Amino acid sequence: MQHLLGFGIPGVPYGCTYALVAVGLVLTYQATGVLNFAYGAQAYLSAFVFTYLVQNQHLPVGVAFVISVVILAPAVGLILDRLLFRKIAPANVIAKLVTGISMLVGIPAVLSVLFTTSNQYNPPSILFDPNVVYFHLVGTPINGIAVTCVVATAVTLIALVVLMRWTNLGLQMRGAVESRRLIELDGVNSGRVVASAWAISGFIAGLAGVLLAPIYGQLQFSDYAALMVAAFAAAAWAVLRSLPVAVLVGILMGITVTVLQGYLPVGSIWSSAALTSLPFVVLVGALLLVPGMRTLGQDKDPLASVDPPPPPIAAAVRAPEFDRVIKILWYVLLVAFSLSMLTWMPKIWENVFNAGLAYSVVFLSITLITGMGGQLSLCQATLAGVGAFTAAQVADRLGANLLVGALVGALVAALVAVVLATASVRLRGLGLALMTIAAALVFDNAIFAQVATIRGQSINVTSSSVGFGILNPNGRAFFVLAMVVLSVCVVLVLRVRNGSIGRFLGAMRGSSTAASGIGVNLTWMHVLVFGLSGAVAGLGGTLLAINQQAVNTQTFSWSFSLVFVVVVVTTGVSTPEGAIQAGFSFVVLQQLLTYVPSRLGGNSLLVILFAFGALTYVAHPEGILEFQKRRWTMRFERLLLRQRTSSTDISGPDAGATAGDGQLARVAADSDPALDR
Amino acid sequence: MALTANAEALLRVSEVTKTFGGVAAVDGVSFSVRPGESVGLVGPNGAGKTTLFNCVCGQLRPERGTIELNGRSLNGMATFERARLGIGRTYQRVEVFSDMNVRDHLIVSVRARWRQGRLWRDLCNLSKPTADERERVDAVLDLVGLSDRADTSVSALGLGSCRLVELARALIAEPVLLMADEPSSGLDVHETRELGAVLRQVQRDQGMAMILVEHDLEMVAEVVDRTVVMNLGQVVAEGHFDTVMADPIVRSAYLGLHE
Ligand SMILES: Nc1ncnc2c1ncn2[C@@H]1O[C@H](COP(=O)(O)OP(=O)(O)O)[C@@H](O)[C@H]1O
Ligand SMILES: [Mg+2]
Repeated sequence: MQHLLGFGIPGVPYGCTYALVAVGLVLTYQATGVLNFAYGAQAYLSAFVFTYLVQNQHLPVGVAFVISVVILAPAVGLILDRLLFRKIAPANVIAKLVTGISMLVGIPAVLSVLFTTSNQYNPPSILFDPNVVYFHLVGTPINGIAVTCVVATAVTLIALVVLMRWTNLGLQMRGAVESRRLIELDGVNSGRVVASAWAISGFIAGLAGVLLAPIYGQLQFSDYAALMVAAFAAAAWAVLRSLPVAVLVGILMGITVTVLQGYLPVGSIWSSAALTSLPFVVLVGALLLVPGMRTLGQDKDPLASVDPPPPPIAAAVRAPEFDRVIKILWYVLLVAFSLSMLTWMPKIWENVFNAGLAYSVVFLSITLITGMGGQLSLCQATLAGVGAFTAAQVADRLGANLLVGALVGALVAALVAVVLATASVRLRGLGLALMTIAAALVFDNAIFAQVATIRGQSINVTSSSVGFGILNPNGRAFFVLAMVVLSVCVVLVLRVRNGSIGRFLGAMRGSSTAASGIGVNLTWMHVLVFGLSGAVAGLGGTLLAINQQAVNTQTFSWSFSLVFVVVVVTTGVSTPEGAIQAGFSFVVLQQLLTYVPSRLGGNSLLVILFAFGALTYVAHPEGILEFQKRRWTMRFERLLLRQRTSSTDISGPDAGATAGDGQLARVAADSDPALDR
Repeated sequence: MALTANAEALLRVSEVTKTFGGVAAVDGVSFSVRPGESVGLVGPNGAGKTTLFNCVCGQLRPERGTIELNGRSLNGMATFERARLGIGRTYQRVEVFSDMNVRDHLIVSVRARWRQGRLWRDLCNLSKPTADERERVDAVLDLVGLSDRADTSVSALGLGSCRLVELARALIAEPVLLMADEPSSGLDVHETRELGAVLRQVQRDQGMAMILVEHDLEMVAEVVDRTVVMNLGQVVAEGHFDTVMADPIVRSAYLGLHE
């Protein structure tokens, strides 16, 4: 018992931050229907600014706290609401997730560009001195960090209870729990309720951020992502609804982590993995065991039928003759590119394009799960890593060629994906995103480190392990290999897309209700498409490893999974074409950025570019690049057709077309009569 | 197929109750539908008709009661399994697959109903619509009058046409029981009359049973053999359309909430 308490008490500060973040997540979810994936970044932002102001600007802690937590944090919440989340239709779960992830990726990148240094050490504590032991509790020394966490959390939670119980605003916020539309009908200013929820939760994020900072010696974004995932787990047990349960589970999780670490053998993998694995286990437990989580995604709003059906997305049309021209142009480009790669391409760019091909394969897996499956996975880099590490280990154990290993790797990655999909199947929409981000952290912290070495050495890919001259210095053989793999994958993906499974998935995306109503097994589709996606990602991972001539953990870190998502969403998630564009723009821009002065931010700039590009998903789910391409196609097409026919009959839009809003729709509607000819 | 005592009923709903937050939307409802019979389900808004449909096709799980199809209990069976047994439906809020064309709606329905979509077939490029499928699709589209819009994306169709797409999608799966939820809402008088004619014709041609939820009582009177009236989650009357409509309880339920 003494032991247990001794191990458990140091976990309380963690538990406090988990509890706070979980409360903030539940609050926004209840008031606005958004599960805020940007929350970890919000916490990090405040902690970063706070530490910066104290360490670099030498401001007093109190002043820094007011600026970073009292002013900045709620402001960020309000800005996120005003500029982003308020514009998203309530039912569009994927758009909300994509927007949150854009910010989760974008905010830290912006910080590292603005403040040039991303490393901040020894963040200060807001109330009590971390280096002073204030008292002992059952033999455990209690320092300033722990006291600060407990005091600040208690004060905040009490203030929140007072607010919710005894103020008009709190009453309205609790009303929002029942139905957002109900309070609107009641004449309550729901905009104010929503804005308050964002501001309050923003403040809580900032507070949790500065509380967590001194627990770790160095300020690192990954700790905040882990914090957010742990809070997701706590919030899941609360069915994203009950604040007391969220607090309780959060604190229990904090305590459990240190207890586990205390009892597990010191220095063992289990001990270091406990911190990131526990949230995953707790989250899986919630998804499997808490009945309310199953119906979470479903529309429970009793007034839902008041809503008109969502506007249909604009169907892009391209005249067949024009289509043919574009296709021919693509083929010409492909041949020219291939010939160049095999002859005169400079070494640097040859490497860049080869990497682009490998990334394209990985990104194709996102086309499968997000574009076709309509789900968001936040562990595609992890699945690629599963493929690559398995390939390397299998090839080594069996003495087989790495390419044989690649097939085994793809299979194992598919299996991992199937397991994740099965575990999250009850929570459509949010489930896979939650499950996969938690899984990515587990693989990163607990599993990849175990398989990242062979006989104590980091894994290098040598020409003897691949053979076929693929690792020849001129890179041409690799180009051929990558082209073959990519082509096969693209053809298979297209076949699935145009076949029965693609139609089932299209039905599922269009209306899951009607899809199951005609006999589509949604669970099976969900598992199948994620399994396929895992296989493709695994294959791409090995290809990437061959291209880099090494299998290392950095390439497949969890943060890349997030970056991958924003990259592909920006270029176009619904077509294989989009994945290939993503692969190439990712590496080409990366290369181009090496030519600009590094003080401009280097790779962070790239991340920012795509993070903000992905924000356009709300308006253009087909991808901003795809949208611009279509738009220019249409303009061009109209120009051509206008020349050929007299301009008389390109007058008004087709009366029958009820295309949704957006420029694309207007352009499409404008040109409809002309295209019909 | 062995005939059991109650095999006479195709669908048997017994004492079904479904509550939302303590309020019973469907409250101990019992009724049955014989094979080939066409039943009108009417009642004011909020009577629980849609909720009852959702219970029958598995989108909602009732707290109490049993639902049987051909004497086989549907309790615990998933929506897609019920669909494969031949329960087809349309929705009050139109549920079409927004980025698909009309023809694909029907093909996907056929393949889902008879489990013809296989991954390996897709991978071997064997999933093109077969001649047989195309023939059936054309026949159904012809029946509902959508032939000229077969290759149009549903996002370019009006509400009326979307309702027809839903109907065609259900019909091509050759349901043994078709449940139509307010198919005429959002249609004009002319379209409604056409829809009524289509419903009557397919019901006679295919001999399937049908439950029709409809506010347009004229259409109900034309199409159905028997009428069930619901109010506040309960069945308040049942019988021939004219008799039921003469019932004072029914009149008050309607007059109280409608005119
Ligand atoms: N998902 C739901 N959540 C809460 N209440 C619901 C839900 N669906 C229906 N209800 C309620 O159940 C009652 C019956 O609704 P419904 O079945 O749609 O009636 P009808 O189709 O006869 O107009 C209504 O009072 C409605 O508000
Ligand atoms: Mg209804």
